[in-house]
Amino acid sequence: MLQVPIREKHNGPGKGTKAVILVGGPSRGTRFRPLSLDVPKPLFDVAGHPIIWHCLTAIAKVPSIQEVIMIGYYDESVFKDFIKEAASEFPNLPIKYLREYQALGTAGGLYHFRDAILKGRPERIFVLNSDVCCSFPLNEMAKLFDDKDAEAVILGTRVSEDAATNFGCIVSDQHSRRVLHYVEKPESHISNLINCGVYLFSVDAIFPSIKTAIKRRTDRPRLVSYPSSENLESSFMADEDEEKKNEVIRLEQDILSDLADSKQFFVYETKDFWRQIKTAGSAVPANALYLQKAYQTESNELAKPSPNVIPPVFIHPTAHVDPTAKLGPNVSIGPRAVIGPGARVKESIVLEDAEIKHDACVLYSIVGWNSRVGAWARVEGTPTPVTSHSTSIVKNGVKVQSITILGKECGVGDEVRVQNCVCLPFKELKRVCSTSSSGKPNLLRGIKLTN
Amino acid sequence: MKALILVGGFGTRLRPLTLTMPKPLVEFANKPMILHQIEALAAVGVTDVVLAVNYRPEIMERVLKEYEDKLGVKIHFSLENEPLGTAGPLKLAEEILAKDDSPFFVLNSDVTCEFPFKALAEFHKSHGDEGTIVVTKVEEPSKYGVVVHKPNHPSRIDRFVEKPVEFVGNRINAGMYMLNTSVLRRIEKNRPTSIEQETFPAIVRDGQLHSFDLEGFWMDVGQPKDFLTGTCLYLSSLAKKQPHLLVSPSESYVHGGNVMIDESAKIGKNCRIGPNVVIGKNVVIGDGVRLQRCTLLPGSKVKDHAWIKSTIVGWNSVVGKWARLENVTVLGDDVTIGDEIYVNGGSVLPHKSIKANVDYPSIIM
Repeated sequence: MLQVPIREKHNGPGKGTKAVILVGGPSRGTRFRPLSLDVPKPLFDVAGHPIIWHCLTAIAKVPSIQEVIMIGYYDESVFKDFIKEAASEFPNLPIKYLREYQALGTAGGLYHFRDAILKGRPERIFVLNSDVCCSFPLNEMAKLFDDKDAEAVILGTRVSEDAATNFGCIVSDQHSRRVLHYVEKPESHISNLINCGVYLFSVDAIFPSIKTAIKRRTDRPRLVSYPSSENLESSFMADEDEEKKNEVIRLEQDILSDLADSKQFFVYETKDFWRQIKTAGSAVPANALYLQKAYQTESNELAKPSPNVIPPVFIHPTAHVDPTAKLGPNVSIGPRAVIGPGARVKESIVLEDAEIKHDACVLYSIVGWNSRVGAWARVEGTPTPVTSHSTSIVKNGVKVQSITILGKECGVGDEVRVQNCVCLPFKELKRVCSTSSSGKPNLLRGIKLTN
Repeated sequence: MKALILVGGFGTRLRPLTLTMPKPLVEFANKPMILHQIEALAAVGVTDVVLAVNYRPEIMERVLKEYEDKLGVKIHFSLENEPLGTAGPLKLAEEILAKDDSPFFVLNSDVTCEFPFKALAEFHKSHGDEGTIVVTKVEEPSKYGVVVHKPNHPSRIDRFVEKPVEFVGNRINAGMYMLNTSVLRRIEKNRPTSIEQETFPAIVRDGQLHSFDLEGFWMDVGQPKDFLTGTCLYLSSLAKKQPHLLVSPSESYVHGGNVMIDESAKIGKNCRIGPNVVIGKNVVIGDGVRLQRCTLLPGSKVKDHAWIKSTIVGWNSVVGKWARLENVTVLGDDVTIGDEIYVNGGSVLPHKSIKANVDYPSIIM
């Protein structure tokens, strides 16, 4: 690997860099059901592209990037087509997928594949969680990294105080931007600057840190919780079975806190959008944010605005949209989908081969692959506030699903109204379905479930 | 012949419509409710109609004036200054009702049915007693006051049983009567009196009250839910008896029949209308609109692709594109429903503009 520069500090933008995308596996991301029953979450289309495609486009803009490595525990075949397509889309960006045979945790996975990552002698690595939606300001992070002569840079964003405790919280020095303290999902309020799940590490810092964490784990089992007189006995993971779990090392819980103690660890605070893609419903705000970004950067992928197209709207070239249908804002129409005359689609994702019949109305919803929405039907979710990081809302004192989701091959009858529901695959809805009127569970089971 | 119609108050049960218009003037199947009754009375030769009201009836006087000549009836307004119950207004109008010895009709104003006045008058004459009340058969008599006949007599009433626990009969008072002028002598002046609870039991005791079975449908349309049901019954009856008043079921947009459309209304392309829809004067319906079981009052407008069911759209109201109204939604005068808005059982007061979903039945002030 002669083309790779020798590792030496302060050698400018040419510094060898790799990117790792943590894609997880089929046993993770269950909150993305029912959509992840049919497509692995990283490959789910938002704004016309798989979730990880948005990561890739950001990585491709980093000048010194050598390679992208996806790490996860999906079967290799899962990403085969994606990698093929990405290779033609990003010809100068070698992409490979490395499969963990058991879940090793975000840091454990990195460490397990350290030889592959270090091949070609990169000086630093970006690590991206695939389940975030943001503008990925990687070059800005790299600049801070250089400016501060950092060993680690984390991407942070401000959220409301009550949302903050659901995330990793960062306490930083306002002037130096050095990370002083990091705690994952604290019980009490610590800071409203949170971890976005995007990092830039010096290879010299991250791998030794993980190694130390592994050693510490083997020497001294991790405390489940702080010992008190009540749980002293049960607070140590000591038995044989738990031994295995010791191999699971997570960046958030096991590494970041230590980095904050001893290292050159800085936070780059983004003012751009940031959202987690955890639940299936969160694909709708993610879709909206990526579409707005594409609209602001005048992407030619988007449909041309017109009286019946309120931007931003993505229409796949193979979709058929009747000229009298009205779409947008924040709508993605997938391949071969059919939108009938006088239909209305707003703040929604319509997936491949789905059909929306004439005069139907689809708002704040996801219409699954091959699903059919009948004439004059109304499929409706409830918008969540832009500052909200949750996809459930409280209606009549009951927490309900905000985004309506039709899984694969669902059918909504003519004139039927579906509101705030999640429909599992192959469900036929012939009558009104809504949580609002009955307060009953809003999960509608299909005739059969695919695995 | 003479008749008295018990109009009473402004009709609070039919709010928000009655905030704008007194109930007798609210269009039921494109005709003021009271006109259905006045026309039926005029058709059997009634020449004097007394409307017993307890509010100043200026608007009604103005509206009904034009019908006096057209129908050849004199319409009198009898104003109660204090509530007189259901019998008191008869005494108050004694001068007109007793101007000759012929019997007179009494009607509650909220009732829709195939008014059987001719047969009623003939039946009343045939038995020769003081009074006849029209009765209708109901499925659940336990909710009403039930009429019980004398043993071995088909029509002479023996007693009334209020909300019977055990089955005693299934005929209830339909709110229409024919009475001899002698009944007026049974009612005290200036005292609130109930015709059902005081006057009729007294006549029954003398064996002078008969029942007359109503053929066909009957509905009290005093509140929105029943107004819509009553409209369905009325339109179904028209379909059998006067189909020319309805739009032909062969019309492309008609779905399931029972559709009445004023000739001044405009209907867009690719609509599906019916069953049980009434579209009033100067109403404008956009393209791809779906209507069922609803009444659109004069001057209202429904924009493209809207979906409306079990709803009364008030005068001059506008329903936005892709809006969905259902579950006994009532829009008052000049209400605007925004595009894509959902209203579930909303009762919307006049001049309101609705910009957010109404997910649960509620009154929007």
